[in-house]
Amino acid sequence: MDTMEWVRGSLDHCVKCTICETFCPVSNVTPLFPGPKYVGPQLERFRTDDGSPDASLDYCSGCGICTTVCPQGVKIAEINSQARAKMKAQRGIPLRDRIIARPSAMGKVGTPLAPIANFFLKNHAFRWLVERTLRVHRKAPMPLFAGRTFQSWARRHPPLTPATKAIVYFHGCSANHFEPRVAQMAVAVLEHNGYRVIVPRQDCCGLPLQSNGLFDDARRYVRKLARNLEPYARRGYDIVATSTSCGLMLKREAREILELEDDEDLRTVSAHMFDICEFLLSLHERGALRTDFRPLDMRVPYHAPCQQQGHGIGKPALELFGLIPGLEVVDSDVACCGVAGTYGLKTEKYDIAMEVGAPLFRQVTAVATEVAACDSETCRWQITRATGIPSVHPVELLYRAYGLS
Amino acid sequence: MATLHTDVLVIGGGSTGVGVARDAAMRGFSTVLVDRGDLATGTTGRFHGLLHSGGRYVVKDPKAAEECIHENVILRRIAADCIEDTGGLFVSTPIDTPEYADRFVEGCRAAGIPVEEIPVAEALRREPRMNPLISRAFTVPDASVDSWKTVWACARSAQAYGSRILPYHEVLDLTVEGGAVRGALVKDRRGGEDVRIDADFVVNASGAWAGRIAAMAGCDATVLPGKGIMIAMNHRLVNTVVNRCEMPADGDIIVPIRTVSVIGTTDQKVADPDDWQIARDEVQKMMDAGENLVPGFRRARALRVWGGVRPLFQDKAEGADTRDVTRAHTLLNHRQRDGVERFLTITGGKFCTFRLMAEDTVDALCAEVGVEHACRTADEPLPDSEPGRYYWLGSRVERREPTLHEDQLICECELVSRRRLEAAMLRRETVDLDDIRRTIRLGMGPCQGGFCIYRATGILHQVEKIPGEAANRSLLDFVQERWKGVQPILYGDQLRQARLDDWIFQGILDVAHLPGGWVGAA
Ligand SMILES: Cc1cc2nc3c(=O)[nH]c(=O)nc-3n(C[C@H](O)[C@H](O)[C@H](O)COP(=O)(O)OP(=O)(O)OC[C@H]3O[C@@H](n4cnc5c(N)ncnc54)[C@H](O)[C@@H]3O)c2cc1C
Ligand code: SF4
Ligand code: SF4
Repeated sequence: MDTMEWVRGSLDHCVKCTICETFCPVSNVTPLFPGPKYVGPQLERFRTDDGSPDASLDYCSGCGICTTVCPQGVKIAEINSQARAKMKAQRGIPLRDRIIARPSAMGKVGTPLAPIANFFLKNHAFRWLVERTLRVHRKAPMPLFAGRTFQSWARRHPPLTPATKAIVYFHGCSANHFEPRVAQMAVAVLEHNGYRVIVPRQDCCGLPLQSNGLFDDARRYVRKLARNLEPYARRGYDIVATSTSCGLMLKREAREILELEDDEDLRTVSAHMFDICEFLLSLHERGALRTDFRPLDMRVPYHAPCQQQGHGIGKPALELFGLIPGLEVVDSDVACCGVAGTYGLKTEKYDIAMEVGAPLFRQVTAVATEVAACDSETCRWQITRATGIPSVHPVELLYRAYGLS
Repeated sequence: MATLHTDVLVIGGGSTGVGVARDAAMRGFSTVLVDRGDLATGTTGRFHGLLHSGGRYVVKDPKAAEECIHENVILRRIAADCIEDTGGLFVSTPIDTPEYADRFVEGCRAAGIPVEEIPVAEALRREPRMNPLISRAFTVPDASVDSWKTVWACARSAQAYGSRILPYHEVLDLTVEGGAVRGALVKDRRGGEDVRIDADFVVNASGAWAGRIAAMAGCDATVLPGKGIMIAMNHRLVNTVVNRCEMPADGDIIVPIRTVSVIGTTDQKVADPDDWQIARDEVQKMMDAGENLVPGFRRARALRVWGGVRPLFQDKAEGADTRDVTRAHTLLNHRQRDGVERFLTITGGKFCTFRLMAEDTVDALCAEVGVEHACRTADEPLPDSEPGRYYWLGSRVERREPTLHEDQLICECELVSRRRLEAAMLRRETVDLDDIRRTIRLGMGPCQGGFCIYRATGILHQVEKIPGEAANRSLLDFVQERWKGVQPILYGDQLRQARLDDWIFQGILDVAHLPGGWVGAA
């Protein structure tokens, strides 16, 4: 690829308009973070391979909003990610970040031990201990292990017959270990629309590693995943994801932030990646989505995660909800819930994350009759933890309205 | 008319002049230095920023090469704070003569320049944006050097040894009596007054203007002004000085200095060191040359273009290509050449040989007046360079980090905080924002003052307690000066920036109608 368009090169487009700074959810609530223009295009000019002495850079949550709003196309969040990785490589990466960046490894350990692991995760004394030792905040949202992986369910699940169409499903770590229900509902919704759902073997996409600055490990994971998915993409299958951020990783972020533009497998996979709501809406636009929805009488606050803006697809869930009779949806006008993947789990950032999300939590509490809806898993956990209101993936509402439960 | 008396009068406040003033002051002479403008606003402030290893001259001009490496070692020792140790690469690009590389290595060995061939892959790992089609790569101890910082450090040191440094004092004439130069008539360009300076000895260190000053004493010094242009790119496309491994040519070097990388340069004989233009095709030539070293260069953001004039001494003023004149320096003793005593002209050379030039000059001065004082400039570090630590790019970020919340940021691009700006204003005794710019790089980043200069103007007004009109004029001068350097390279990103800046200045601030007046059209 053209080196001038690499992430760093995009800093040339900055005209200092300050729009990014007015939108950054983090710098708006804390003086600890000097803001996207400052740490992005501005400080990048002062960085060499020797890294950067600005520890405050670590307070960027990586939510990506700045990149989305920049009218000049500066890849601000990506510049920050790369700079953070270099800085952490130099200063050393805390054990905590190494652990929370490996959900699939956690899942492998935790799944067979689910009852015990969950007992501990719910135990205040244990969480306190974790906070003291690892600096993971005791109140931060931590998912519980499902005890059975989605993969094991999928292996036993009989394929839809007869089926004229097939699609590949990328479930990601969280659906596999923590929320297999979401994945099962996604399969059911796709099957309801006549698709045979293929679930290839898959491991972590490397995103949590990337956002914690462990670039080499992240590259290994994403390359392997791309290798596993590529044969399907090459044969023309579309791939859908229920995890907003992991889908984005495969679509774009890994190539840009990890500089994997040369990876053929990844390029092929990127070209076939769809967010599940994006995909279902495109079916609807072609008149191919079943609309035999039953009424759902409830009022649901909907929060489109920041990473979804990075997809550049608008808010497809909103339009799908519009097809469901009786369903009243209130779109949140808050940009970010604060958690940004693993950011809000960290002791030193927990308060910032809660403050970023505060307006959203207020809105959710005021609006929800039963549940809130949000595409991204970590955001759902954050919303639920902060408001006590269950949060569901949009496919769950479709699933219910299709009467599949 | 005010009159000053001094042992030595130094004319010219470029690197050579301040070097001479410091050296002479350290050897016990009382000295006065004058420059018609601010310090380092001649060629010194308009150069390429390269602390030569000498590699560039090893084949063509071995004498210059030897001087360069000799001084490179010394300046690293005495001026560390002004130098970033970037290292240098010489690379054979596809358009270079393959045989040159071997001659280059031989030349480096002969001149005593440490040179090492490294695998192409290693060179590309260090500089990933560099042309992947290079065939050979060599490392040399090139570095980048900040001339403003160096000149001001020399000046401060000279002052500490008793020198008087008088910027904005132009020499109008030299006084010659009884076959010797006795001093000069000088005009204070700020106060408007004439000053007489009586001096036992006069050193003409006026660079490309040396011929004119020499002529004031009826002496001959033919200096060919050779114009060169440079373009600063918005960020560091390379972090090492990258040279083409070839006979010196146009646009064959990219120097990473401070936050930018600078491509240069050209060489064109001009008649008048004060009157020349930057031509469109010169700019194009630089961009093409950049493309050869760093593919994609043409689309990267160019910040600013400027030019300088080389002082190249030629005994007989002939020959068209000034690049063929030696880059080693020349010391003219006018007693021997023209029968005029107590008058030396030092010219030619390079920025990086200024200390040596000063040493030779003051040695000759001592011989002329019959005293013996040893030169100490090779050993005594400049102010702020005593710890021997090189400047590094992240230092402003590092200094800013602990004061993020208390100290307002005025120039965002170059990270100039309010405290730093106020301190510079108080120290510099000037109300000219352009002088402040050179001292702390105010307004030198991508927006070229578009977001900081009106903030700085308000602070200037407050700190210097000057009338609003005067502050406004300083703002307008600054804006116009910046515009000159941007205008010839307006395309792409910088064009967008210029439109936004223009809208801020004209649309929001309506600078055209400020009390104090608009000095020109932007
Ligand atoms: C394009 C270009 C790139 C260069 N790049 C490099 C490089 O990378 N590395 C390097 O080592 N060298 C470089 N050089 C060479 C180097 O810049 C010069 O050799 C050096 O700066 C000359 O310094 P100086 O003090 O002799 O002259 P100047 O800096 O020109 O100083 C002369 C001073 O005399 C003053 N003056 C003139 N007339 C009067 C008067 N009547 N009264 C009072 N004062 C007067 C002027 O205002 C001026 O400030 C470059 C030169 C050019 C042109
Ligand atoms: S990624 Fe999010 S937190 Fe980081 S600078 Fe951009 S907007 Fe702010
Ligand atoms: S929004 Fe884009 S152009 Fe504006 S200041 Fe931020 S990075 Fe620069």
